[in-house]
Amino acid sequence: MQFMLLFSRQGKLRLQKWYVPLSDKEKKKITRELVQTVLARKPKMCSFLEWRDLKIVYKRYASLYFCCAIEDQDNELITLEIIHRYVELLDKYFGSVCELDIIFNFEKAYFILDEFLLGGEVQETSKKNVLKAIEQADLLQEFQEVLGVPRNPSPDSLSHVMNILMSQCTK
Amino acid sequence: MPAVSKGDGMRGLAVFISDIRNCKSKEAEIKRINKELANIRSKFKGDKALDGYSKKKYVCKLLFIFLLGHDIDFGHMEAVNLLSSNKYTEKQIGYLFISVLVNSNSELIRLINNAIKNDLASRNPTFMCLALHCIANVGSREMGEAFAADIPRILVAGDSMDSVKQSAALCLLRLYKASPDLVPMGEWTARVVHLLNDQHMGVVTAAVSLITCLCKKNPDDFKTCISLAVSRLSRIVSSASTDLQDYTYYFVPAPWLSVKLLRLLQCYPPPEDAAVKGRLVECLETVLNKAQEPPKSKKVQHSNAKNAILFETISLIIHYDSEPNLLVRACNQLGQFLQHRETNLRYLALESMCTLASSEFSHEAVKTHIDTVINALKTERDVSVRQRAADLLYAMCDRSNAKQIVSEMLRYLETADYAIREEIVLKVAILAEKYAVDYSWYVDTILNLIRIAGDYVSEEVWYRVLQIVTNRDDVQGYAAKTVFEALQAPACHENMVKVGGYILGEFGNLIAGDPRSSPPVQFSLLHSKFHLCSVATRALLLSTYIKFINLFPETKATIQGVLRAGSQLRNADVELQQRAVEYLTLSSVASTDVLATVLEEMPPFPERESSILAKLKRKKGPGAASALDDGRRDASSNDINGGVEPTPSTVSTPSPSADLLGLRAAPPPAAAPAPAGAGNLLVDVSSEGPAAQPGLGPTPEEAFLSELEPPAPESPMALLADPAPAADPGSEDIGSPIPEADELMNKFVCKNNGVLFENQLLQIGVKSEFRQNLGRMYLFYGNKTSVQFQSFTPTVVHPGDLQTHLAVQTKRVAAQVDGGAQVQQVLNIECLRDFLTPPLLSVRFRYGGAPQSLTLKLPVTINKFFQPTEMAAQDFFQRWKQLSLPQQEAQKIFKATHPMDAEVTKAKLLGFGSALLDNVDPNPENFVGAGIIQTKALQVGCLLRLEPNAQAQMYRLTLRTSKEPVSRHLCELLAQQF
Repeated sequence: MQFMLLFSRQGKLRLQKWYVPLSDKEKKKITRELVQTVLARKPKMCSFLEWRDLKIVYKRYASLYFCCAIEDQDNELITLEIIHRYVELLDKYFGSVCELDIIFNFEKAYFILDEFLLGGEVQETSKKNVLKAIEQADLLQEFQEVLGVPRNPSPDSLSHVMNILMSQCTK
Repeated sequence: MPAVSKGDGMRGLAVFISDIRNCKSKEAEIKRINKELANIRSKFKGDKALDGYSKKKYVCKLLFIFLLGHDIDFGHMEAVNLLSSNKYTEKQIGYLFISVLVNSNSELIRLINNAIKNDLASRNPTFMCLALHCIANVGSREMGEAFAADIPRILVAGDSMDSVKQSAALCLLRLYKASPDLVPMGEWTARVVHLLNDQHMGVVTAAVSLITCLCKKNPDDFKTCISLAVSRLSRIVSSASTDLQDYTYYFVPAPWLSVKLLRLLQCYPPPEDAAVKGRLVECLETVLNKAQEPPKSKKVQHSNAKNAILFETISLIIHYDSEPNLLVRACNQLGQFLQHRETNLRYLALESMCTLASSEFSHEAVKTHIDTVINALKTERDVSVRQRAADLLYAMCDRSNAKQIVSEMLRYLETADYAIREEIVLKVAILAEKYAVDYSWYVDTILNLIRIAGDYVSEEVWYRVLQIVTNRDDVQGYAAKTVFEALQAPACHENMVKVGGYILGEFGNLIAGDPRSSPPVQFSLLHSKFHLCSVATRALLLSTYIKFINLFPETKATIQGVLRAGSQLRNADVELQQRAVEYLTLSSVASTDVLATVLEEMPPFPERESSILAKLKRKKGPGAASALDDGRRDASSNDINGGVEPTPSTVSTPSPSADLLGLRAAPPPAAAPAPAGAGNLLVDVSSEGPAAQPGLGPTPEEAFLSELEPPAPESPMALLADPAPAADPGSEDIGSPIPEADELMNKFVCKNNGVLFENQLLQIGVKSEFRQNLGRMYLFYGNKTSVQFQSFTPTVVHPGDLQTHLAVQTKRVAAQVDGGAQVQQVLNIECLRDFLTPPLLSVRFRYGGAPQSLTLKLPVTINKFFQPTEMAAQDFFQRWKQLSLPQQEAQKIFKATHPMDAEVTKAKLLGFGSALLDNVDPNPENFVGAGIIQTKALQVGCLLRLEPNAQAQMYRLTLRTSKEPVSRHLCELLAQQF
């Protein structure tokens, strides 16, 4: 995958993730062009289109468009399900996610995406594993805030404490 | 404002975001942002050290502002500070800022790299993953330089956590893609392949992407992954829908991993190991079978995931292109999807079938869906689906359905979206040309294209129709009639005027007999369009007019009047003015003969790949080139439908309209010096050849002297060719050619390459090419012994007055030829006048102290300067009659020395250099040819006829040329070939 864009029906960009090096100017140009192209399409149209030498796969969820650019040999349908799995992850994390969650917690949306996709490739498809990683991070933070930062956090002691916290959390 | 659900709430950030959202106008938003930026700047600059939380909050605000589309030029240092924090959330925000906003500030990168290094070494998996994510997100070369060596170690370390391995694999992939040279191959690569066996599905999922990329670059080093991938795939495909727990997606086991494994296998040909192959074929069949099973869920996610695997499976089957059974099953499956209610599936089925159409096993199966595809082109509501349908029609087109497909595409073109019109035009043009059975259909199709979508008909397309009409005399009359009719339309496209102008200028005479299209009518029709046309078209029309003066003398006065008009002679456009002035003068001063020569009909264009095809490839990008490659399915169609390209156009003026026209205004290309662009090889021949002529090898008499005396100073070639003449005591006159010399030379009358001579010591090979009156020959001297040849001196000699007929310029070769070595000598040749005897090649050298010498006839015969000429039967007979003087004809009746095979004869005649004309001789057994011998001083038109008599095993060969000795000589040369 070369990049992923989330934008609203009004054309406001909500999240952008680039997996290829491009200048800011190019990114802006691509975004403008694609947002326009996708928004102009009617609801029943197919989710794929050729654009420059890339394939665009997009899907609308409520007020948000999720739009991925993939290369010629990449699989369109599985990309559509990448989008869906990401939506599921956001939904699980935020609890019935809406556009506002992503606006106000954009950094979380990025963190979740990084656990799921890395360098444009699927890293982990298990919902449990992705959310575990994020929740661990949240817990780590709570834990640090409660107990203060340990001087030399050893992974063992950390994970021990976290396991306790996790088990409390899941109850 | 929603409650922040998880993690730490940064109240200040939430308030700021709310403020921005509440802004009523763009100006208000910018104002609010500027206020915030000023605030953050002052906080960062303030003397009071900020606590981590505040820093994090402000960096987050900057990030938000950046994501709104504003430029951020500060805060990097604070972000780097956050990176080094021990607090996880601070670190995380620091990394996020860097990932999103990093620029190539090398100072900064160094600081970041330091923080990353610490985190990678921390042994805290969460921190390590953050660091790896950052490297993968930035992926710059600097990062590669710093970490490319460490990451493989982390990836294969036994004690790395699974999540770390996953991140390391994809991080490495990103670095490898960006700068492969920085990633050291080594022991880790073998272990990476075994990650395919890892128990953790997430690790396998991440690792496959890395392995696929490595395989693409070094297929041989990673071959072992084939069997591992097959067994992993097999386990997934055969598992029940719940076996894989969280890796099952809507009842489909591990769809992402399956797709990735199938992609990996597409890096390789089918597995060689029969067991592995068997297992794989079983997998592919299982996937195809599952597609027929009822769905386990009504959810679209279920069918998407399942079909994603199915399409990838079909891609693999197409990639292998070796299992007819699977290919046909794949095609049937796609056929079902063509009528599916899901637009997405119809789209993908059309796309996938396009590649299937190019496989010989499934081409026919694809063709059975033609009606569905045509229907899709007509009825699909989504332009991107229609586009796929048009692509598929193009891909499935062959001679059997070309007319249907072309007419459907033409019909589609009338309503097609503007965005894809040009591409459709190109495709129609290509198909019409490639599968034309009769060229009148081709001409009709292209004229229809111009009529329907004139604006989208690019130069390539209309140039092409002119080339084809020029090269095919059977369609010229039809073309003239058709363009004449098309031009009658009150509003016709400018491209039609261009094509019409050109064709009538060339072939208007073919319809001039009909009073409805008499010359004055043709002219006034064209001229009625003149004023509405662009400069380029008007320039073209002016050339048509001067051609008319030649074709139809009765129009001379009218046309001169037009040219003389102030609007032409004093036109502000230089090109138009120049043409008007020159054409007017030409028409007034030149005699009819000169005019006829200058304005002669265009010679045929040399055959080449279609430039339209090249354009379509360019348009579709390099990836599409193979799908559009045509030779694959229809090799037999090449001869008549093979390409033509306007090579001469490279010579003429840069103005686009002048491309074809510049030529016509010039004298016929044959008489012109070789154009600079005609062929790299020949360029220096034309520039140096004549100048170097005095220095070309000495005549026999002179050669004798030149051995004894120092070479004449004005003869640089002698200096080069004979570096140490005095050192050779055994020097002697150039001997007469060896007895076999004639026979050896005759082998090359109809071919240009081969071995000229061979004995125990020496082999001489020849490679040559000729164009117009120029040639270049490469002689290869091979020393067959193990002993060095010394004083090796090859010389080209012109017996008699050959020098005034043929200029041969030689390049010097080394005086020593090592044992077993080969040296090459280049000869540039220019034919000045017709000649009868070939030049001699004298080779002298010392072998083991003994002088050796050898004289051969150089295989340069007059027929090498033949230019084939196509002509219709009528023209041929007319010219044949014109050459009816007894001395113009040479005839020979002789016995066949080789088996009488029509194909071989044909090849020989073509090799001889003349064009072969079909449908001229009433007896189809006979061969008729025509050509022009190009010399610098003159051209000799040649017609030939060869009548085989199979019963008597005899031939009768008749040559007619405008020069008596040439007829005889050609007759002799050619008679020896059969």
